[in-house]
Amino acid sequence: MGLQALFFYMFAFVAVASAFMVIAARNPVYSVLFLIVTFFNAAGLFLLTGAEFLAMILLVVYVGAVAVLFLFVVMMLDIDFAALRSGLIEHAPVGALVGLVLAAELIIVVGGSTLAPEIASNAAHPIPPIAERTNTAALGDVLYTDYVYFFQIAGLVLLVAMIGAIVLTLRHREGIKRQDISAQVARTPATAVEVVKVKPGQGL
Amino acid sequence: MDAFVSSYVWPAVIMIGQSLLLLVALLLFIAYILLADRKIWAAVQLRRGPNVVGPWGLFQSFADLLKFVFKEPVIPATANKAIFLLAPLVSVTLALATWAVIPLNENWVIANINVGILYVFAISSLEVYGIIMGGWASNSKYPFLGALRSAAQMVSYEVSIGFVIVTVLLTVGSLNLTDIVNAQRDGLGTMIGLPGSFLDWNWLALFPMFVIFFISALAETNRPPFDLPEAESELVAGFMVEYGSTPYMMFMLGEYAAICLMCALTTILFLGGWLPPVDVWFLNWVPGIVWFALKACLVFFMFAMVKAFVPRYRYDQLMRLGWKVFLPLSLAMVVIVAFVLKLTGWGA
Repeated sequence: MGLQALFFYMFAFVAVASAFMVIAARNPVYSVLFLIVTFFNAAGLFLLTGAEFLAMILLVVYVGAVAVLFLFVVMMLDIDFAALRSGLIEHAPVGALVGLVLAAELIIVVGGSTLAPEIASNAAHPIPPIAERTNTAALGDVLYTDYVYFFQIAGLVLLVAMIGAIVLTLRHREGIKRQDISAQVARTPATAVEVVKVKPGQGL
Repeated sequence: MDAFVSSYVWPAVIMIGQSLLLLVALLLFIAYILLADRKIWAAVQLRRGPNVVGPWGLFQSFADLLKFVFKEPVIPATANKAIFLLAPLVSVTLALATWAVIPLNENWVIANINVGILYVFAISSLEVYGIIMGGWASNSKYPFLGALRSAAQMVSYEVSIGFVIVTVLLTVGSLNLTDIVNAQRDGLGTMIGLPGSFLDWNWLALFPMFVIFFISALAETNRPPFDLPEAESELVAGFMVEYGSTPYMMFMLGEYAAICLMCALTTILFLGGWLPPVDVWFLNWVPGIVWFALKACLVFFMFAMVKAFVPRYRYDQLMRLGWKVFLPLSLAMVVIVAFVLKLTGWGA
């Protein structure tokens, strides 16, 4: 148990410290890199609680894909960060309010389950012990049976968002050369070459 | 105190010992894989390849190692020093970290975790960071272009690799790499009356996915013909332009560790891991690690041959292949495999 506590404090401390550095770092690229460290440590915390599937998905989705896009945007865009930073004090109350609401919600959830542990038994599906069922299988058990419609709707929302992003950015420009693979493959000597008999001294 | 020693100290010592053993074996393997790569490439072009250091050039990689280590590391004046040095470390650490879950034989694995394949997928999707960080921190044009190309390329091909892995998981029904290998003990070969043979392995039942996985693995590890991030004819050396000496060597080490990993992963997912190819007593007697190494070397031989005789892709063709050919194909295969498994009841 002692070792687990040690790892918990290590992951938690590094996560909080690097989350602070995300907003404190002057260079936005450093911010994104610290964000990645935060994700990593959050995955470590998930592992400690036995949620191995969530930990890996966090790494694949957030670190492997989302943070790469962040890094892309931050590196590519030429933003004047001094100008962005100037509004810091004005916007601080709004940020503090959002943070307060999130913290209150977390405290209600965590406090509720520690003060009244019997709440957990009200869940539609009790969490099976990890020795009996791996949590990948346990998630699949409820996700594809009772919650299949919600799952499908979530997929549909993502699909609509994806199509929206494509529609917004796709533009067909006129007057540029495009490669048409099937036309290239279908080319034969008959369609591509014209044999002309040229008489001497006349030209075409 | 005794309880602490027996429950924490000894397991930790054993695990560190195993990790060191695996690392040393892996680094030696990489040294000879590098040599094999150059020898095969040379043989295709009717050259001799490295043949000066040691008999048949067998110590060439070690000579290269010494050369890199004793050179002076040059850090460009405008580079971001911390990230510039962090990038090769990240890429080599991640490439080696994945090996923790790779089973080399029955029960020969350092961490036999339930979500092994997801771990491999997660860590290999992080390898792009080494490249982006290196390209950005160099603060120079070609490295940055190379890094952007590489990031786009790796993210694109991860998608189809993910779907290929999903089809394998559907047929196997487990995310544990050891289970994936053991599930290949019976398959198509058993159905047609040749149990325990190489026909049982996934490569036959999922042949299109095997091909897609192999090509995507080439793209994912930036191997020729998809080595656009370091295409010397247009980008000098891509994200590695500003690197020299030990940091450069670490990038190369990370790259080859990732290549070995892809070979091992192909072996596990499609070629039956440590299982012998035919169920005969003297083949069963050969240790599983030998079969594993032989199969991984076979996959690497294919990697090396592709490098030797396929010309480099154009970048837009590479993207088209990833998004317009492999993605729909692998997605369709996921649906087809799921339907077949459900209708025939083979999956459960």
